[in-house]
Amino acid sequence: MAEIVFQAHGLTKVYGDGDLAVHALRGVDMQLYAGEMVVLLGASGSGKSTLLNILGGLDNATSGTVRYGDIELGQASERQLTRYRRHHVGFVFQFYNLIASLTALENVAVATEISADPMSPEDALGLVDLGGRGHHFPAELSGGEQQRVAIARAIAKRPAVLLCDEPTGALDSKTGVRVLQALAKVNQEMGTATVIITHNAGIAAMADRVITLSDGRISEEHRNSTRADPAGLSW
Amino acid sequence: MNWLSVLDRKLLRELFHLRGQVLAIALVVAGGIAVCVMSLVNYASLSETRSHYYRQHGFADVFVDLTRAPRHMLAQVQRLDGVARTEARVQSSLRLQLEGVTDPVSGRVLSLPDQGEPSLHRLFLRAGRMPDSRRSDEVVVIGSFAEAHNLKPGDSLSAIINGRWQALRIVGVAESPEFIYVIPPGSMLPDYRRYAVLWMSERALAAAMDMQGAFNNVLVSLQPDVPEEMVIDQLDELFRGSGSTGAYGRDDHSSDRFLSEELAQLRTMALLFPAIFMGVAVFLINVVVGRLVSTQRDVIAVLKAFGYSNLQVSVHFGKLVSLIMLLGILLGMIGGLALAHALTEMYMQYFRFPTLLFSVPMAQTLLVAVIGLLAGVAGAYGALQRAFRLSPAAAMGPEPPPIYRRARLERMFLLIRFSQPGRMILRNIERRPLRSLMSVLGVAMATAIIVLGTFQFSAINLIVHSQFALVQQEDMTVTLVNPRTVNAAYELAGINGVRAVESSLAVAVRLRSGHRSWRVGLIGLQPDAQLSLRVDTALERIALPEKGLLLTEFLLEELQVGVGDSLTVEWLDGSGEQSEVTVAGGSREFVGVGAWMSLPELQRLRGRGAEINQLQLTIDPQMRSAVLQALQERPQIAGVSERQAMLTAFNETIGRSFLTYTFFIALLGGVIAFGVIYNTVRISLAERGRELASLRVLGYRPSEVDHILLGELALLLLPGIPLGWLIGQQLAWLLVHLMESELYRIPLIFTAQTLGLAATVVILSAILSGVVAVRRVAKLDLIEVLKTRE
Repeated sequence: MAEIVFQAHGLTKVYGDGDLAVHALRGVDMQLYAGEMVVLLGASGSGKSTLLNILGGLDNATSGTVRYGDIELGQASERQLTRYRRHHVGFVFQFYNLIASLTALENVAVATEISADPMSPEDALGLVDLGGRGHHFPAELSGGEQQRVAIARAIAKRPAVLLCDEPTGALDSKTGVRVLQALAKVNQEMGTATVIITHNAGIAAMADRVITLSDGRISEEHRNSTRADPAGLSW
Repeated sequence: MNWLSVLDRKLLRELFHLRGQVLAIALVVAGGIAVCVMSLVNYASLSETRSHYYRQHGFADVFVDLTRAPRHMLAQVQRLDGVARTEARVQSSLRLQLEGVTDPVSGRVLSLPDQGEPSLHRLFLRAGRMPDSRRSDEVVVIGSFAEAHNLKPGDSLSAIINGRWQALRIVGVAESPEFIYVIPPGSMLPDYRRYAVLWMSERALAAAMDMQGAFNNVLVSLQPDVPEEMVIDQLDELFRGSGSTGAYGRDDHSSDRFLSEELAQLRTMALLFPAIFMGVAVFLINVVVGRLVSTQRDVIAVLKAFGYSNLQVSVHFGKLVSLIMLLGILLGMIGGLALAHALTEMYMQYFRFPTLLFSVPMAQTLLVAVIGLLAGVAGAYGALQRAFRLSPAAAMGPEPPPIYRRARLERMFLLIRFSQPGRMILRNIERRPLRSLMSVLGVAMATAIIVLGTFQFSAINLIVHSQFALVQQEDMTVTLVNPRTVNAAYELAGINGVRAVESSLAVAVRLRSGHRSWRVGLIGLQPDAQLSLRVDTALERIALPEKGLLLTEFLLEELQVGVGDSLTVEWLDGSGEQSEVTVAGGSREFVGVGAWMSLPELQRLRGRGAEINQLQLTIDPQMRSAVLQALQERPQIAGVSERQAMLTAFNETIGRSFLTYTFFIALLGGVIAFGVIYNTVRISLAERGRELASLRVLGYRPSEVDHILLGELALLLLPGIPLGWLIGQQLAWLLVHLMESELYRIPLIFTAQTLGLAATVVILSAILSGVVAVRRVAKLDLIEVLKTRE
């Protein structure tokens, strides 16, 4: 069995209190193993983004524990969380969140400049097949290209985990496939444990493991016998 | 809130949401309005108070000082063309002695009619009563002197009038329209402790002066629309044989002239400062409303898609801006009235008005408010125009990523390897060059206002330094009742404690060149004088020409003469004689208008032998009391003034008011600086919240993210402050130019303190804004920012 990267126990998350309380997570247990690719499926409001934010150190659980290596994320200080994000975890968002005033290469350098053992920004862009577009500004790139820059930025620091929140959500099917291909390539070549959040069941076939969330609980979990090539996916 | 339309509710919520920025803009607007209202109200109050006082108490239009004229001549004055009312008085200089006061006190005593009120220069009685003409020892004393020594009716004084000691009893404390600004003759500064004005009955004063049945001072008021010159000429003709020193109008009346100067300065301020403040406010409104509109482009699109017209949308945003401006205007009005009140209180301390009429010029104040409001709406107009150019469909889509380029600055500094945050700062500044420029200008204007407000303080300091440390080397100046020979100098030199004595002669003259003329005190100085020097604006000693006149440049211009030209000198000693003198040189000095020549040359021209009437002394400081005592015992001495006392008086009056004024201006400058910088930071924070949050998610520490915001701020301050110094100096030049008068030529000097103070205030405002930004960054909601499409 591969090494466990994340271990979550009894995670709950409640927003607000009293009659207005919203239970986003109602007791989630899960593990993430090194090098594996997990797709988190679920409808809007099922709690998948909340789970991802807690794993990424962007949010705290109301109860339960999340352990990353030796770090108990729930107990970590702001300083420790910043260090955790800086060195161990990469994020990819639905809306790319590139910095408009920096070129593709410089956007990647934003991450490499502050990490301990990064790959070169050029190599990171090469990995997502954008080697030739490094000197373009975000305004000069298509949506799919911007998202691949965001992936390059996320993995350039060689994180143990890559967390992707609806990475294809703002893209059409054809462009989305190229982004997923990039994610699969990174996962295979670098062995980065990858979690992809999506409400799109068609994407599930590319994962090692598929976890379905509904109403704040894990309602289904299964392992694919083989991982599909993203090129064959459509939605 | 159901009575409010949905749009209005949106408006109120947004105002609340933007409260920090709203307040910052309102403060800038308030600053502009406050200075404007303050100046308007001060100007209106002072001029209203003055004209009311002049009217109620009969301030004269023309004044004549004589040696002596018989009583019956007053009827002739009354019959002159254009004369409305007249008053004849007896007056004299005097020296006073008070129980427990060692300082020399000089002053003036004026007569009051034995029966009834005078027709001109009626007194305002603060306490007590008028003197009884049957009692020769009763006097009324001026309020400034009474307050300085805590004198009340019933207290006693002793005085030397006409060379004789006399015991006096105070029966009243009063003010007069001719002594609103109480300054000793020949001085520029008030000195309430050492200069007194007394009034006594005509019978008593005439007896003391041997002036029974005669007068030596005439006051004349004019009929409406009569030119002053016409009456002056007639009076000069009439009193030719009476030792007249020449009739003169209000322009040559020291109290009125000082007050007019002050009013002129207030008027200049009422124009110049608000223009600067409002300019900055318009810029801020433009930037903030522009930002607000661009974040609401989708809202505007939806409104338009539902059928709202451009006009309706404009009205909506117009209301937003108007509310902000109205808040600013309201704050400004309140602040301006409060400042005006504080300042007029201060004016009341050195302008002796019976009561102050606090007058608010409604029409002008409203006009200021309307201008403020229009300025705000004009600021919003551009931003709305941009919003309307978009089609609703385009506006509802996400805003395309802004287009950036490599910053030119980066290419200029190819050797420097910029960090990514460094690049972000540079490119952001370069992408919006106009806005960056405007922000720099905003910082610069704030700096400039403070420079403008405070440079005057160092300028006045320089004037005082040159006047009291360089020009006046003597410790004391002794004025004689009547001119005497140089023996007087030997006599004073013999007093124990006196180290050196120099003598001089001051005579009243009228300089005439063609139809131009000027009344001035012509002073003859010893050619080798070491104590009383002339010093120019470069603080260099001016050499006294052997022959001919030395005039201030201001006077050369007024009389339109140059070096080598000839001038007529009319001796205003009642002799009616005159001499032709060559102009030998011009001097540029900070204060006053003057004419000098060498003492022997002046004595020769006058033809009355080796006369002197002023002596400059240096003394042993240990022996001050003894020297003063010895001087006090000599009745032929009219007055003694001390350099140190003048300096103290200056610091107590003008110095203090300048400091207050400077403080107000620095405060308002600080408000502007804060308004500009705070808004710049908040806008940049709002526009880049997403990027900054991204950096935080990527593992940047809050301090590293702060670096971007604060770095941008520093880049605005770096050119803004020096630019502000430059602009401040230009504005100061303008101000000095507008305010230049015969009384002052304010030197344009900018000390390190002035520039440092301006920079400090601006930097403090920046730090305050920076703290707000840092706290915001710490509180950035990472999830929220990243989830939502901007």
